[in-house]
Amino acid sequence: MKKALALILALVMCLSLSAVAFADGETGSVYYLNFKPEADEAWQALAAAYTEETGVPVTVVTAASNTYEETLMSEISKSNPPTLFQVNGPVGLANWKDYCLDLADADITGELTSQDFALSEDGAVYGIGYVIESYGIIVNKTLLEQAGYTIDDIQSFDDLKKVAEDITARKDELGFAAFSSAGMDASSDWRFKTHLANLPIYFEYQDKGISSTDAIEGTYLDNYKNIFDLYINNSTCDPAELSGKTGDDSRNEFLAGEAVFFQNGSWEYTNLTADGAFTDDDLAMIPIYIGVGDEANQGLCTGCENYWCVNAEADEADIQATLDFLYWLVTSETGTSALANDMGFVIPFKGAVESPNVFVKQDSEMTAAGKTPVSWNFTTMPSEQWKNDLGSALTAYAAGTGDWDAVVSAFVDGWATEYQLANG
Amino acid sequence: MEKTIKKFWPVFVIPTFAAFCIGFIWPFLQGLYLSFCRFTTINKATWTGVQNYLFTFTDSSFLHAFWFTALFTIVSTVCINLAAFAIALALTRNIKGTNIFRSVFFMPNLIGGIVLGYIWNILLNCVLTLLGKPLLSLHAPYGFIGLVILMCWQQIGYMMIIYIAGIQSIPTDYLEAARIDGASERQILWKIKIPNVMPSITICLFLSLTNGFKLFDQNLALTGGDPSHSTEMLALNIYNTFYARSGPQWKGYGQAKAVLFCILVIVISLVQLRATRSKEVQQ
Repeated sequence: MKKALALILALVMCLSLSAVAFADGETGSVYYLNFKPEADEAWQALAAAYTEETGVPVTVVTAASNTYEETLMSEISKSNPPTLFQVNGPVGLANWKDYCLDLADADITGELTSQDFALSEDGAVYGIGYVIESYGIIVNKTLLEQAGYTIDDIQSFDDLKKVAEDITARKDELGFAAFSSAGMDASSDWRFKTHLANLPIYFEYQDKGISSTDAIEGTYLDNYKNIFDLYINNSTCDPAELSGKTGDDSRNEFLAGEAVFFQNGSWEYTNLTADGAFTDDDLAMIPIYIGVGDEANQGLCTGCENYWCVNAEADEADIQATLDFLYWLVTSETGTSALANDMGFVIPFKGAVESPNVFVKQDSEMTAAGKTPVSWNFTTMPSEQWKNDLGSALTAYAAGTGDWDAVVSAFVDGWATEYQLANG
Repeated sequence: MEKTIKKFWPVFVIPTFAAFCIGFIWPFLQGLYLSFCRFTTINKATWTGVQNYLFTFTDSSFLHAFWFTALFTIVSTVCINLAAFAIALALTRNIKGTNIFRSVFFMPNLIGGIVLGYIWNILLNCVLTLLGKPLLSLHAPYGFIGLVILMCWQQIGYMMIIYIAGIQSIPTDYLEAARIDGASERQILWKIKIPNVMPSITICLFLSLTNGFKLFDQNLALTGGDPSHSTEMLALNIYNTFYARSGPQWKGYGQAKAVLFCILVIVISLVQLRATRSKEVQQ
């Protein structure tokens, strides 16, 4: 009896194994290694919806915050590697170029609203930008009104400085500060070493008419200093404490109404409006003015740093399944509405659904009104190391243990050294 | 009995040996091979020869990390072992509540390194803020002291347990005979207790030396190498070499550093084992 049972069990096991093997061989499957932890739930739901509709299995795995490269490196050498992954612009592509399928003839490339969102090199398309984001200074309009101003009063760096310093002067009377803490902890310092640093780089590229460089001059570093000084001297806390302040600290201060301004991006929308903390009427995003160029026509910093890549080393069937999945994502109603409504993404594809995100709407309004968006040039920063070194120098400067010259040196000399190291 | 062992030894040895080969020897050899290559993933490596090692020897950050790690290891090993031995002596004197004390001292060791790092980061930064001093990631000496405090707090309890076991295994006749002969407490400590716990000292020194050299989580969580890499220890330096810049050459450099690091830790622990083994006595 026992022997018979064991035999049956063994047979069942063999059958189910071979069934799996057959299923794999016929249809292929999709394995997406997701970069954005905040969108994980929405991706899981979307994957399930696709499987239900087409029968193609879709696995979505999300790398923990800040560990995407590590996760991708180990996942891609496994026997079931991700078929779909992402890189962060041209510098990130350097690592993964050998693994990226040329998407020049893929259906999804034809769906892009502009070929600017394709990450191409030497005529081949290695990545497809899938989300456009904007960042700037998020304003709590209610508090700003309590202080006696409206967002129309802020049209330049001088205006911003005047308003911020006035709020600081009346801080005790008003009960809130101008800026939420410019935290320099690793969870928050990218707002300054990467996003804020984009502005001096952008204006220098504009002057020279270039889109990347092997040596930055730092023409507008004085303006970078001015805006950073403004942030740290008109903040909720003493500049010496900034090195320990996290991204959550900064957001919580803004949520608690302790600060009027909060430099961050459109991706913060869900965090700020969750649980009814703020309504759309309370919030606005204004450009980061640093006192350079035509400030009256400056828009938000808008761009793309997340590009989908298809793993060229995956099985033929899996590659096809992935391409189909991508096409479905950006053309089907389920796909586009999930991307827009559940994840809050603005996607650069023809079939895009309008996003409810108030910051995104503002960006399109500004562009429609003739303002020029500031492009994302931080994707051309030579390495993570450059950003980290700039971050350390900024932290030390904020705390008073280092001086601004160290920041300039990390910015300018560091750029040249790191560019050499990365491309030498 | 012996016959059966002779007959069945493969049953006992082979599974462990196979696990050892799969989990240790093979990856180690592969790592050694990769240190001579440029690669992004381990399946696709291009042989480049000794170039990676040449770079490593010219990299000043690696040298700095080495000296910082060496200093840290010496200071933390001394602190941990002195404190652990002192506590072990105190807790083998039949005081009331000894077991509670032992458990409490051992507890920090149950918390993972990265968690401890973040907890102590908050604690020490709060203290430094109250004192009006620069925070941990701004001032390298504070970062260093912070790391030592953190490691002591975590490791003392563990080493203490080993020392207690060592002290308890000293035959009581030795101690009684010494007391009858009129030896002072100090003489008993130096002439009887310490020579007899030498095996424990060997183990504890070995553990704290290698732990100090290999320290990674606590370093990452407490200071992250700030300010500007000055509190970056070897393991973190290797990690940063690997991930902070893109391009296949950096993976090779990181791998070469990792191999050198491994050899270094092996050499240091062998020297230490030989030195302390020679002081052990037969009971």
